[in-house]
Amino acid sequence: MSAPADFTLADEDGRRTLRFTGTLTLARLQDVPARLEHVDPAPAAVDLSGIDRMDTVGAWVVHRLVRDTSIEVTGADAGAAHLLQQVAAADKPLKVRPDTRTPFLRVLGEMGEAVIGSARTLMGLLGFFGGVLVTFWDVVRHPRRFRMNAIVRQFEVVGIEALAIVGLMSFLIGIVIAQQGAIQLRQFGAEVFTINLVGRLTFRELGVLMTAIMVAGRSGSAFAAQIGSMRLAEEVDAMRTIGVSPMEALVLPRVLAAVLMMPLLSVYAALVALVGGGLFSWLSLDIPPVTFVARLQEVVPLTDFLQTLIKAPVFGVIIAIAGCYQGMQVEGNAEAVGLRTTAAVVQSIFLVIVLDAFFAVFFASIGWI
Amino acid sequence: MSGDRPENLIEVRGLRNSFGDQIVHDNLDLDVRRGEILGVVGGSGTGKSVLMRSIIGLQQPDQGEVKVFGEQMIGRDDADARNIRRRWGILFQGGALFSTLTVAENVQVPLREYFRHLDSKLLDEIAGYKVAMTGLPAEAGPKYPSELSGGMRKRAGLARALALDPDLLFLDEPTAGLDPISAAAFDELIKSLKDTLGLTVFLITHDLDTLYAICDRVAVLADRKVVAIGTIPELLALDHEWIQEYFRGPRGRAAADAAEREDSDQAGQPDQPVGAPARTEQGA
Repeated sequence: MSAPADFTLADEDGRRTLRFTGTLTLARLQDVPARLEHVDPAPAAVDLSGIDRMDTVGAWVVHRLVRDTSIEVTGADAGAAHLLQQVAAADKPLKVRPDTRTPFLRVLGEMGEAVIGSARTLMGLLGFFGGVLVTFWDVVRHPRRFRMNAIVRQFEVVGIEALAIVGLMSFLIGIVIAQQGAIQLRQFGAEVFTINLVGRLTFRELGVLMTAIMVAGRSGSAFAAQIGSMRLAEEVDAMRTIGVSPMEALVLPRVLAAVLMMPLLSVYAALVALVGGGLFSWLSLDIPPVTFVARLQEVVPLTDFLQTLIKAPVFGVIIAIAGCYQGMQVEGNAEAVGLRTTAAVVQSIFLVIVLDAFFAVFFASIGWI
Repeated sequence: MSGDRPENLIEVRGLRNSFGDQIVHDNLDLDVRRGEILGVVGGSGTGKSVLMRSIIGLQQPDQGEVKVFGEQMIGRDDADARNIRRRWGILFQGGALFSTLTVAENVQVPLREYFRHLDSKLLDEIAGYKVAMTGLPAEAGPKYPSELSGGMRKRAGLARALALDPDLLFLDEPTAGLDPISAAAFDELIKSLKDTLGLTVFLITHDLDTLYAICDRVAVLADRKVVAIGTIPELLALDHEWIQEYFRGPRGRAAADAAEREDSDQAGQPDQPVGAPARTEQGA
């Protein structure tokens, strides 16, 4: 291996001359650039006759030393001179990073941007919802534009393929509610009220809420990612130019699927949770299934079931709209798909829980207790 | 290492690649000589990119051996291959710039990875002249890849490929998707960089103008192997259906005429009319 880069200072012909030696390449430069900064006073000439080889980085180091000065470069062979010339031609000031602001201004700016961003997103979601309604109305008036295949496909993806995971989750939640409830109620000798707890909680809240969270994580994210990648690949633009409305072909089937599948999945989730709770009651509390079911019929009012049926489609709309809206907002690069997908899930779960709180207050005030 | 300087920077022997039932390469041989620009052509689906990926180690071949800089590449672990990797630069088809970094930061990635001791001022300066060398304007430095046009992205990708002053440069369709003026400028750029830096270039292309303008030799991929390799006149003399169709088709002839006009211009006959009939001694 050849010698690493180095330099010496000497007086030649009465001139202070900086003489490079060794291999002047990126891999062999070592601390030469740093040491060159401390050469004082500046040499009058730079002698390159002692170097073995030079690459563009080496040429740059030499160029940096001699530019804006009257230092003379001597002893460069044809190749080295050519490299120096090329590097000098490419010497243009270049910013590496965009300008940054002071931290205080940046925090203020980011807060402002976040507020504006939230307001924009909310308006965007509302506008998008309006767009979906308009499209829906169009399709209702022209039923031939109804895309049966796409919708059935989405039913399968959103509904049927979610059955296993939603079922497992609900079953476990049923067991957990029954078990935790039993521990607390045992202190009052009221273990039998575990049935009330499981029955009412799953139908009023947990069945639909957990299903909504699961669907947001499974399907809302998928909507955003699918539509987002289609936007990146210009598929959405291609659709538009062919005359196919993306709203009709992409968004409406997903929204309809979510709206129709959410109630079914929620009721299914509530039922499976009851099975889990019932199983726990039977095995652990010695409440036989017959008693469990008979008591359920007494304590769970029809209005609890209706609450699920009312809330579920609304949550479905929110999840599908948030997913599709974020997907349609994707622009630029693959990173945007990830960001938008995250935003879709976060927004839909957030909105679902906010609306659930409103629903709880609303149903309580109309007497559905 | 400096003692033995192999004549062939890349040697591929008996390469076999397949995806499921589909055999892409079978018993493929290829040599890339030091200091040449080798153009690789072939119809769509003949495995040009797969060949490049096998050479640079992104695709594990079923059989065969690949030597780069005289060193066996297949079966090498990553840590072992680092010393070879830093001697080549690769320009992927879409540029493959890291989207979260600016253009200049992209160029600095290989430098930071291999030379941690470089101070940040020198790093910034190196990125600066590399970016300028590839013909990008200075404003492009702090921009993110999503803010660039396709041609600028390719130049930025080339700047990153050149970051470590490689001996060997792989280019995957560098002029695809560029307008003719940018494509010609890109050809010029590669040629001048090759002359300045003494590069060896492995160039996959569909662009006949590029082949005529800058390639020293051309390798033709067909029937799962390299069916022919040589200068364009040598290839033209061969009796292979695809090669004849490729170079003698309407586009091939147009590119040949253009290359010939340029040659005669450079030979000191600038006053020759542009539409002059093609001379026959070059075998067109």
